[in-house]
Amino acid sequence: MTLFLVRRLFALALTLLVASMVVFAVMEVLPGDPAAMMLGVNAREDTLAALRAEMGLDGPMLVRYFQWLGGLVTGELGRSYTYDVPVAQLIRDRVVVSLPLALLAMSLSTLIAIPVGVLAAARHNRLADVTVMGAAQLGVAIPNFWFAMLLVIVFAVELGWLPAGGFAGWEAGIGEALRSLLLPAVALALPQAAILARVTRSAVLETLGEDYIRTARAKGLTRRAALWRHAVRNALIPVVTILGLQFSFLLAGTIIIEQVFYLPGLGRLIFQAIAQRDLIVVKDLVVLLAATVVVVNFLVDLAYAVLDPRLRAGQRGY
Amino acid sequence: MQRFLPGALLGALMVVGPALAARDDIIMGMVLEPPHLDPTAGAAAAIDEVVYANVFEGLTRVSEEGVVQPGLAESWTVSEDGLVYDFKLREGVRFHDDTLFDAEDVLFTFQRAMGEDSVNANKGIFEPIYSIDSPSPYAVSITLKQPTGNFLFELGLGDAVIVAPESTDSNKTQPVGTGPFTVSRWVSGDRVELARNPDYWGEAPALASATFKFISDPAAAVAAMMAGDVDAYANFPAPELMSQFEADPRFQVVIGSTEGETILAMNNAREPLNDIRVRQAISHALNRQAVIDGAMFGYGTPIGSHFAPHHPAHVDLIDRYPYDLDRTRTLLAEAGYPDGFQATLKLPPPSYARRSGEIIAAQLAEIGIELEIIPVEWAQWLEQVFRGGDYDFTIVSHTEPLDIGIYARDDYYFNYDNPEFDTVMEELVGTVDPAARNELLGRAQRIIADDAVNGFLFQLAKHGVWNADLRGLWHNSPVQANDLTGVRWEE
Repeated sequence: MTLFLVRRLFALALTLLVASMVVFAVMEVLPGDPAAMMLGVNAREDTLAALRAEMGLDGPMLVRYFQWLGGLVTGELGRSYTYDVPVAQLIRDRVVVSLPLALLAMSLSTLIAIPVGVLAAARHNRLADVTVMGAAQLGVAIPNFWFAMLLVIVFAVELGWLPAGGFAGWEAGIGEALRSLLLPAVALALPQAAILARVTRSAVLETLGEDYIRTARAKGLTRRAALWRHAVRNALIPVVTILGLQFSFLLAGTIIIEQVFYLPGLGRLIFQAIAQRDLIVVKDLVVLLAATVVVVNFLVDLAYAVLDPRLRAGQRGY
Repeated sequence: MQRFLPGALLGALMVVGPALAARDDIIMGMVLEPPHLDPTAGAAAAIDEVVYANVFEGLTRVSEEGVVQPGLAESWTVSEDGLVYDFKLREGVRFHDDTLFDAEDVLFTFQRAMGEDSVNANKGIFEPIYSIDSPSPYAVSITLKQPTGNFLFELGLGDAVIVAPESTDSNKTQPVGTGPFTVSRWVSGDRVELARNPDYWGEAPALASATFKFISDPAAAVAAMMAGDVDAYANFPAPELMSQFEADPRFQVVIGSTEGETILAMNNAREPLNDIRVRQAISHALNRQAVIDGAMFGYGTPIGSHFAPHHPAHVDLIDRYPYDLDRTRTLLAEAGYPDGFQATLKLPPPSYARRSGEIIAAQLAEIGIELEIIPVEWAQWLEQVFRGGDYDFTIVSHTEPLDIGIYARDDYYFNYDNPEFDTVMEELVGTVDPAARNELLGRAQRIIADDAVNGFLFQLAKHGVWNADLRGLWHNSPVQANDLTGVRWEE
C-alpha cells in the first residue's frame, strides 16, 4: 500500500511538472502582447516598454519559467497583469463560487443517477427501464448551455422563482447563495446524471449475471438483498471511474455555464484572462486545474483500493 | 422577497407601486468587466464606463452633447496666441479619502502622466504641454509648445482625470477620486458597487447607489433584463434582439450615436491595394445599406469618410463612390485585375466586425475579389494587424472622438501617406477658431474620401435599453461613459 501511494504521488508530481512546461510554452507562442492589450491603440512605444518592464515580461524565457515555477512551489502565484491584485486572491474569490457549484452538480447527478441506474437494471427491459433509458438518451444529447437557457426562461423569466444569473455572494446568506447556484448546478448535473445512470445500469446488469449472485440467491438471499449487497457494490468500480472522469468534465463545463449564468467563478476568470492576455493568471489557473484533475484521479485510485481489497496488496490486475 | 409572493398579491403590489417612494438605486448591465478602475493607466473602455464622471473628474468634462464643460476647473482663459491656458480651480473639493484637492494634485497628475515610466494609454494628450505650474494653490497655468485646438476636450477624457499622490498606487482596486460616487465594493468577475459621496462638492446625485453588473453573453443579458435583474444596458450587446424590447412596454429602447466610425480598413502599402484604382473599385462595390441591414439589423448611419455624421463639421460624402458594379469592373480592369484577386480579411471578435465581414466578402466576391476570412482575437488583432501591419483587409470601429488625425500618422496600420492631408492636419492643430477648424476638417474628410483610403461603412449606433421609468441616462456617447449624475427614477 505504501509503495502504491509513493508511486502514485511521484506520477502526480511529474504530471504537474509536464503540465507547467506545456502551458508555459503555449503562452509563450500565443500571439498577443499583454501590454498592448492593456494600453490599446493610442499607446506609444515608450509607454508599452514601461508597462512590459513593470509586468516583468522583458527577461529571457528560461529565467521567467523558473521564476514562475519557483513561485508555484513556494505558493507565490504572482500578480495579475490586468487586475493588479495577487493571483492567489483572485483564485480565492472565485473558488468559493466554482467549487460549491461543481460539488453541488456532482452531488445532484450522483443522487439522481445511481438510484435510477440501479432501478433500471433491476427492472431490466420493463417499463421503468425503458423510460429511464429514454430519458437518459435525451439527457446525453442535450447540450448543457442550451438546457441552461431553457431553465432560465422557465424559472427566472416566466416564473420569477430564481435569479436569471449572477451570484448573490455567501455573505448574503447560504439560502441566497444556493438560490443563485441551483439553476447552474441543475444544468451541469443533467447531462452528467444521464451518462452516470447508463453506466450504473450496465455495470449492475453485468454483475447481476455473475455466478456469485446466483450463489447468493441460492443461499436464500432475497432479490433485493442480493442486488444491494453484492451486485451494486461490485458495480461501483466502473461508476467511480466515470465519476472521476466526470469531475474533469464538470470543471470544463463550468467555463460555459458560468458565462450563461454570469457567475464570477474560475471558469469565467480563465475565459477573461485568455482574452485579456493575463498570461500569469492563465498559467496559474491551468496548473491549478490540472492539479485538481490529477488529485481527483489519485483519489479515484484510492477509492479502488477501498472498494476492491485485492488492489491493496499492490497487484493491480486490470 | 417579492419573488415568493403569489401572483395575485404581486399584482396588487404593482398597482400600489407608483404611490411608494421612487427607487434610488440602479443596476446597469455591462458586457465587459473593467480590468481595473484606474482610467489613467489603461485603455479599456469599461474602465471609463464605470468611473468617468461618477468617481473621477478632470479639469474639464465632456457633456452628453460632446461639449466641453467646467469640471474641477471652474473657469479658464486662453491666451491670444492659443499657447497659455490659465485654469481657476474649484475650492473646497475633497477626494474620497478626505484629502483636499488643489493645484498640487493637478501638477502631480500631469507630471506623472508625462513622465518617463508613465503607463498612460493616451500619453499623447500631454504631448503638447511645454510647462505647467501653479501661481497660487487654486490656479494652474499650462503653456503649450504649439496651439492645440482640441486640448480642452482631451483634458475632459478619462485618461486626464485628476488623481491624488496619496492614492495613485491603489486606484486600480480602490479608486479615490473627487466624483459624486465612491466605489464601495468590487466583487471581481461579478459587479462594481458605487455609493453616493455625501461630501460631493457639486449637486448631489438622485441615486444613492449604483451597481454595474458584468454579463457578456447576449442571451444571458436578455434574460437578466426580462427577469428584472438588471435595469439598464447603455450598450446592449446584440442589435438583433432589440425588437424584443421595443415591443415590451416595460422598457424604453434608445438608439443613439457613438464616435465609432466602422471601416473596412485596407493595407495601402500592399499590392494590389496600393493602387488607388483598386481601392476606388472596392468603394464602388460596397453596398453600405445592405451591410447595415444585414449585419446591424438596420441600426447605424452610412458614412462616406472617417467622420461622425452628428459632428458640426461633417461633410456628406456618401455619394463620392456610389454603388456601381460596372464602374468597379472598369476600374479593376484599368488597374490590371479584370478578374479580381485573392486577399485576406482579418476580423476581430465584436459581432459588428464578424457579421459585416461575411456580407462584405459576399459583396466583393461579385466583382471577383475573393476574401479569405480569418477570425482573430483582440490581442492577435492588436499585434498582427494594428502593430504589425500584417493584413490586407480588416473591419474595425474607430471609437475615439474626432480621430481623423490618425490618417496623418506615420506607420499607422493603413499605411496611408498623403502630404496634402498631413498639411491640413498640421494647420488644424494650430487653429483655435471653430469656423476655421470646421473648414479644415471638411477638407480632411474630402481628401481621404477621394483617396478611398478605406472602405467607409457606417457610424456605429449605441443600442440603449432601459426600464421605462428611468430618466437621465445618456442617449449618445461622445466619450465612453455612463454618467450617472443626472439619472433618476420617475416618481
